[in-house]
Amino acid sequence: MAIEVRNLNVWYGRSQALHDITLTIESQGATAIIGPSGCGKSTFVRCLNRMHEEIAGGRVEGEVLVEGINIYERSIQPVYVRRHIGMVFQRPNPLPTRSIFENVAIGLRLNGLARGDALKEIVERSLTQAALWDEVKDRLNESAGQLSGGQQQRLCIARALAIEPKIILMDEPASALDPISTFQIEDLMRELRKTYPVVIVTHNMQQAARVAEKTVFFLQGRLIEQGETGKFFSRPQKKETEDYISGRFS
Amino acid sequence: MSITVEQQQPTANPFQAPRTAHNARRRISNIAIVALSLLATAFAVAVLLFLLLYVLRAGLPYINLDLFTKIPTPNGEPGGGLANSIQGSLILVGLASLFGIPLGLFTGIYLSEFGGRGPIATGVRFLVDVLTGIPTIIFGLFAWIFIVVPQQSFSGLAGGVALGIIMIPIVARTSEVVLRLVPNELREASLALGATESRTILRVVIPSARNGIITGIVLAMARVAGETAPLLMTAFGNPFFNSDITQPMDALPLRIFNFAESPYQAQINQAYAGSLVLIVLILITSFAIRWATGGFKHGGR
Repeated sequence: MAIEVRNLNVWYGRSQALHDITLTIESQGATAIIGPSGCGKSTFVRCLNRMHEEIAGGRVEGEVLVEGINIYERSIQPVYVRRHIGMVFQRPNPLPTRSIFENVAIGLRLNGLARGDALKEIVERSLTQAALWDEVKDRLNESAGQLSGGQQQRLCIARALAIEPKIILMDEPASALDPISTFQIEDLMRELRKTYPVVIVTHNMQQAARVAEKTVFFLQGRLIEQGETGKFFSRPQKKETEDYISGRFS
Repeated sequence: MSITVEQQQPTANPFQAPRTAHNARRRISNIAIVALSLLATAFAVAVLLFLLLYVLRAGLPYINLDLFTKIPTPNGEPGGGLANSIQGSLILVGLASLFGIPLGLFTGIYLSEFGGRGPIATGVRFLVDVLTGIPTIIFGLFAWIFIVVPQQSFSGLAGGVALGIIMIPIVARTSEVVLRLVPNELREASLALGATESRTILRVVIPSARNGIITGIVLAMARVAGETAPLLMTAFGNPFFNSDITQPMDALPLRIFNFAESPYQAQINQAYAGSLVLIVLILITSFAIRWATGGFKHGGR
């Protein structure tokens, strides 16, 4: 499932957040989007599953082609786009009053995809995939609010995986976590990128270097540079990129 | 080269506040605020306690089985009960809830989830706030004009409608407030899973705000259970058992209102007993609703 973004322009009310972004995301592997705060990197991933328009005043122009289909086509309903393109958010957002099991099952239930034994099976598989099963298998009925931040984030990843997405978007998934949890999440990213195209927004350049095959640099709503991660960090082509990765950027 | 060592003056304890006029003022104003809020609280609680104890003392001796099974005796003869009023109150509050709760709840959902800060929602919010403040007798007048007059009869239906309209703004505003408290992250979580907006609201947002919504509903029910004025010109009152909502119907507050001004001591006593029953009934109902909806299970939200 390759993603092709063509001439994407995005607004919040009157202020333009992204200017004319054109970018191809390969059908496999991880792509990291880096850049300083406010550069539009979160806005960009939120456009890939049509979450941006949920914000009051959010407006998108241009094309995002997933497997050749423009998800901004008039005939396409955003609900089905999101059904197939999973998302993990910056702050872990499990449903705090529901059980661990229900948190993973909710996507399946909301979409009427599975019930009974099939549901249990998918929940177990998703939690295993998210490297959380062993920690929670004995307390699936406890409330998700009791888990630690890192566990909650892995629970959210399991929840996203449960509905078998074709692409996974991660919006700074480890920025609210401690180093050990971050390490676990990064491990998970490396595992997931074997199966899914994964797009990771991060403000942590080391993280981009550790988990992504490809890195894209955004600055003030514009795409400055993209490339294979190793080359991107060792031999940046643009002055702005070099300034940013060497920390000479305010 | 000689180093001059300055003689250390024994300094005052740095944590000791200097005795200045400014500090004295700060201390006094601090004490004053604490004292004032304690005093106000004590006064408010005292008034409430006095009220409860007074009703308890005046009403409790007259609580007996007859009160719950018999209807009032004609013209102040001893005995009889308030069974018809209790029955009427239950029917009226039930009727009011039947359309007051859904209308209020969906208005709250509209205001919180769809209306946002737009001009329509702002207008609705303003109107709802105005409705909350309108004297309840006006709602009775409304039901009187639109139901009692065309029907040419006082009726339980008119009473229920009047009480229901009183419930709408209370339920709407409390629902809106608690729905707004649901973190946006939860809505996003659900939407990102491909859930439609309506499913997100029904399965994620409302359950998260459930306890708050229930509190609002219970408050609204308790509020209308004690309303008297709007019932005077709608349900009117009825000294007999009546479960036909097209006919005049009794209600506890109405009966209390009538009996409290009665020249007969027996009826005055029953008015106190009725007041006690009303208070206990409201308590029981709110506990029952919380228990039935699992409101006691999870604390917090």
